[in-house]
Amino acid sequence: MSKPNNLMGWIDARFPLTKMWEEHLSKYYAPKNFNFWYFFGSLALLVLVLQIVTGIFLTMHYKPDGATAFASVEYIMRDVDWGWLIRYMHSTGASAFFIIVYLHMFRGLMYGSYQKPRELIWLFGMFIFLALMAEAFMGYLLPWGQMSYWGAQVIISLFSAIPVIGDDITLWIRGDFVISDATLNRFFALHVIAVPLILVMLVVMHILALHEVGSNNPDGVEIKKKKDENGIPLDGIPFHPYYSVKDIVGVVGFLILFSVVIFFMPEMNGYFLEHANFEPANPFKTPAHIAPVWYFTPFYAILRAVPDKLMGVIGMFAAIIVLFLLPWFDRGKVHSIRYRSTAFKVLLTTFVISFIALGYLGAIPATETRTWFARLFTFAYFGYFIGLWFISKNENTKPVPERVTS
Amino acid sequence: MSSDGIDKSRRRFLTAATSVVGGAGVVAVAVPFLSSWNPSARAQSAGAPVQADISKLEAGAQIIVKWQGKPVWVVRRDETSLGTLSKITSQLRDPESNESIQPAYAKNETRSIKPEYLVVVGICTHLGCSPTYRPEITADWMGGFFCPCHGSKFDFSGRVYAGVPAPTNLDIPPHRFVAEHVVLIGDDGEA
Amino acid sequence: MRKTIIVIASLLFPVLGWSAGGEAMFPNDDISVDWDDKESMQRGAALFTNYCLSCHSAAYSRYNRVGKDLGISDEDMSNNLIFTTDKYGDKTKVGSLMTTTMTIEYAEAAFGTAPPDLSLVARSRGTHWLYNYLRGFYLDDTRPLGVNNGVFPAVGMPHVLVGLEGLKKAKKEMKDDGHGGQHEVIVGFEQVSKGSMSTAEYDQAVKDLVSFLDYLAEPYKQKRQSVGTGVLIFLFFFLILTYMLKKEYWKDIH
Repeated sequence: MSKPNNLMGWIDARFPLTKMWEEHLSKYYAPKNFNFWYFFGSLALLVLVLQIVTGIFLTMHYKPDGATAFASVEYIMRDVDWGWLIRYMHSTGASAFFIIVYLHMFRGLMYGSYQKPRELIWLFGMFIFLALMAEAFMGYLLPWGQMSYWGAQVIISLFSAIPVIGDDITLWIRGDFVISDATLNRFFALHVIAVPLILVMLVVMHILALHEVGSNNPDGVEIKKKKDENGIPLDGIPFHPYYSVKDIVGVVGFLILFSVVIFFMPEMNGYFLEHANFEPANPFKTPAHIAPVWYFTPFYAILRAVPDKLMGVIGMFAAIIVLFLLPWFDRGKVHSIRYRSTAFKVLLTTFVISFIALGYLGAIPATETRTWFARLFTFAYFGYFIGLWFISKNENTKPVPERVTS
Repeated sequence: MSSDGIDKSRRRFLTAATSVVGGAGVVAVAVPFLSSWNPSARAQSAGAPVQADISKLEAGAQIIVKWQGKPVWVVRRDETSLGTLSKITSQLRDPESNESIQPAYAKNETRSIKPEYLVVVGICTHLGCSPTYRPEITADWMGGFFCPCHGSKFDFSGRVYAGVPAPTNLDIPPHRFVAEHVVLIGDDGEA
Repeated sequence: MRKTIIVIASLLFPVLGWSAGGEAMFPNDDISVDWDDKESMQRGAALFTNYCLSCHSAAYSRYNRVGKDLGISDEDMSNNLIFTTDKYGDKTKVGSLMTTTMTIEYAEAAFGTAPPDLSLVARSRGTHWLYNYLRGFYLDDTRPLGVNNGVFPAVGMPHVLVGLEGLKKAKKEMKDDGHGGQHEVIVGFEQVSKGSMSTAEYDQAVKDLVSFLDYLAEPYKQKRQSVGTGVLIFLFFFLILTYMLKKEYWKDIH
């Protein structure tokens, strides 16, 4: 080590700081053709940090107690200096997290980022998604409003559909005969420490797996196949500084949208903070219309579309499980939508439309017509995976270029 | 990749400018988070000025009033105890209260508005214990307050003796008499 | 600037219905709350403490905060707007929460259900609902309290503002319900006895009250928007800077 690097040398002899910096940033070679869709990974990381920081500060004032939880949230909003800002950042951050994660997943679907050799990255990502849903669900109980209470009531009751032991399981999860202080207290513990720990560990594994294999790109070609004399991919550029400066632009762009919501429409017209949740939880009175928060509504619509309790629950969980299995449903060799068949494009478009339509249908009260539509879109949702399995075997693809296009 | 025709100084300038502006942004974001540790409106409401009725306070007696969660003593001193104040000046660390905390109107020998009534925060300036009131005058004790935690001694005006751990006299809170026998603690009308 | 942002932002997302949305209500008039009209909110605060606070609480809100935000001094607040006493029998302090002295047990016995806390009612019900609800009381002998409501049928609350508004009778008509049947709907009110206010004065008084409730539900709203404007200006400036930085570095990439 040269003289000016004495401190670094001292550290590096004891901890691989420079090595990690190089492996993950300054000498991590990412394809140079990343487009808009590649902002969402770093944005998800930003929101995770934001949620953890705001969450820590909220726990300093929040009371996980059925008698005082609702009042303590209003105490944060009114009596604590800047408490409203911290709380709105957290509540908006939850929705932002899902928007980002959904877009991030859609990117994977488009460019085949789940395909060989990136199946594990996808699986870790799916576990992150699952943990995130658990985190959001338990977090939503904490304000102890009417929607918190009845939303949790409905979702926990899903487990009662399990034959034989269902009722005992729901009782065990709640720790009481109804949602109560006991439920709130345990959800608080899981929300503030258990699930975030798992989430952070999964994120680390997701990134380690990514950096082992290398990033995919909009062309879906492996940049590691073409290297220069130093072993550096010809189409690769160091993540730092090129993608760090690019991602900062994405971060600022995101923060602008994020701030518009926080400062000008924190309720997002009832999508991010539901009107009924401004009434304290009342175990004797269900709100006229209950719907989960928007990010659960696609799965909720599938649940409601099936005219049988157990099958509905199975359908809902199956909708998530098929996503886990996506790398094996897709038997294609071509990664990117740019070079895949028309059949693939049609399937993916149908899938996106049905996901959004299910999300919309899950947010509004069900009627007979709407339920039929929900069934149609449920078929289309699952149809994507089955259709993909069939078309991808002998797909009529376009020639894939040797190098990335710019 | 090539490094021909790169304007290094422009690059350095933009990097520095972004770092400075971004850093300022991070500092600005930190402000609300740090401010959330300030006493909330609830704490301030609980710490609002309190009134104490001292009409029944007998000479030599002490009452304890809770203000901002802290014990505030109101002591009615008699002629004897007031008489001790000038005798022990040489044994005190800060007899003129130059380094101690009190409103200007209480920066005097009795450290009070009316000589008879001492209003003082009952928290030792050493490490925050609450001293005890020891009015009995003996051969080696001129009366005052004694802190059991680390042995600090104060006279009848809450002035600290020299040679004990406490660095300054006991704090005098802002206060005023809103009636002959009603003292308002925490508000002296001087915003 | 902040109004522009709000308008653009709300165009992007349709409003998700309030909890009571979709049901027929009469009256059904629109209200827009002017947050800069502090005098209206002050009048609303006076109505609120005089008429509402004896049964309802606003237990997440503090008197002195309301005073500070609406320009009422602590003294005026204490003398003119605080009517309750604390547990020692002294007048409630200005830093206190706006609670009511009525106990839940008493309230349940008197009205069948405890009057809800009103701190957040403008966020759970919406101002439109409140404005029409408070103008929707009409005579109905079948109800225990003698009045019913065109917005909240079979409501348990008495017409507290009757001294101001007077009493009205409902004109009803049969209408198709869209499923082949018919049901009765209110199409108008007819004044039966006069109160101390004219209809226009009463509408304004209700508007004042609803404006105050809207304030009460989110007292920091104006601060939020003004901070937000500053944050956005900063971020736009920062966006330009970071974009220039990115451009500069990416000159390396061919």
